[in-house]
Amino acid sequence: MEQVAADALDPLAIAERWMDDGREVALATVVETWGSAPRPVGSHLVIDGEGNFHGSVSGGCVEGAVIAEAADVIAGGQPRMLEFGVADETAWRVGLSCGGRIRVYVERVG
Amino acid sequence: MDPSLLRKLNAERHARRAVVHLTDLGDGRDRVIRESDPVAGALGEAIASAFRSGKSGMVEIEGRTFFLNVHLPPARIVVIGAVHISQALAVMAKVAGFDLTIIDPRTAFATPERFPDVELIADWPQDVLPERPLDAYTALVAVTHDPKIDDFPLKEALASGCFYVGALGSRKTHANRVERLKAEGVEEDVMARISAPIGLDIGAANPAEIAVAVLADIIQSFRRRDLGTELRP
Repeated sequence: MEQVAADALDPLAIAERWMDDGREVALATVVETWGSAPRPVGSHLVIDGEGNFHGSVSGGCVEGAVIAEAADVIAGGQPRMLEFGVADETAWRVGLSCGGRIRVYVERVG
Repeated sequence: MDPSLLRKLNAERHARRAVVHLTDLGDGRDRVIRESDPVAGALGEAIASAFRSGKSGMVEIEGRTFFLNVHLPPARIVVIGAVHISQALAVMAKVAGFDLTIIDPRTAFATPERFPDVELIADWPQDVLPERPLDAYTALVAVTHDPKIDDFPLKEALASGCFYVGALGSRKTHANRVERLKAEGVEEDVMARISAPIGLDIGAANPAEIAVAVLADIIQSFRRRDLGTELRP
């Protein structure tokens, strides 16, 4: 009972609910961090087949890229390991502005 | 991740049981391990260490890489006494991410009007706690001042290893409490775990400020708790 409020923000609870709703679901997990990573190891981002998401693996820096990869993981079924660091200053791509590096494991649920 | 595994993981977490979600990063196979599940060898040691520290991470064992995601029960606060301090504490605890339950048999105090959006149980702790046992991930805050209501849950909290046990009252009130609990067989070194007068000494001068002092005291106890011993079942 007392966990109802917490569950509303809990990515794993949301993953289960989405699965029950018949949605396709992928789960991204921070498995390793170096330097000043924004989210601790073990943090989750849950993504559905339409690109809806909940939770976070960074302070919003790389979520877009993870969501794009999750679509492929949902389609292909094979888990993937992603790594993000500081973006190249001249390149227009995602990175962690905090200067840290993270590895994110993305897997399909089901 | 298998759907049934996700359900199992969520069920364990919901039941406030500590679990490790173990994934072999090589082949993607995973499983959920409870503290009581025997796992042999170096992997078993890594799992035991993860339960102790609460820290998730990768380990390499015999050429395979595993990710251990530790899920410890979220800390919660059980407040004995639906008083003014509890009203402020309930709001602050939610912001700080703690689950909170208030128990008070005095129905004049324990009204939904005074405690909106809070789990409130208008019953004796003696009747409530056997159904909802305290544990190492619970902070007990006793603020009724009334021995009839406070003493039993304080004893229970000490016995069940609550990471924080606090009791409202002056030094004199607390000295009397210590005498009563001693007469009931509580050891003196165990009694020393009670934070009394309750809360960090920040010169709190009204109920809301006392709630801040109590919450800060709880956070300090939780973040600095002895992971090696206290949280072992």
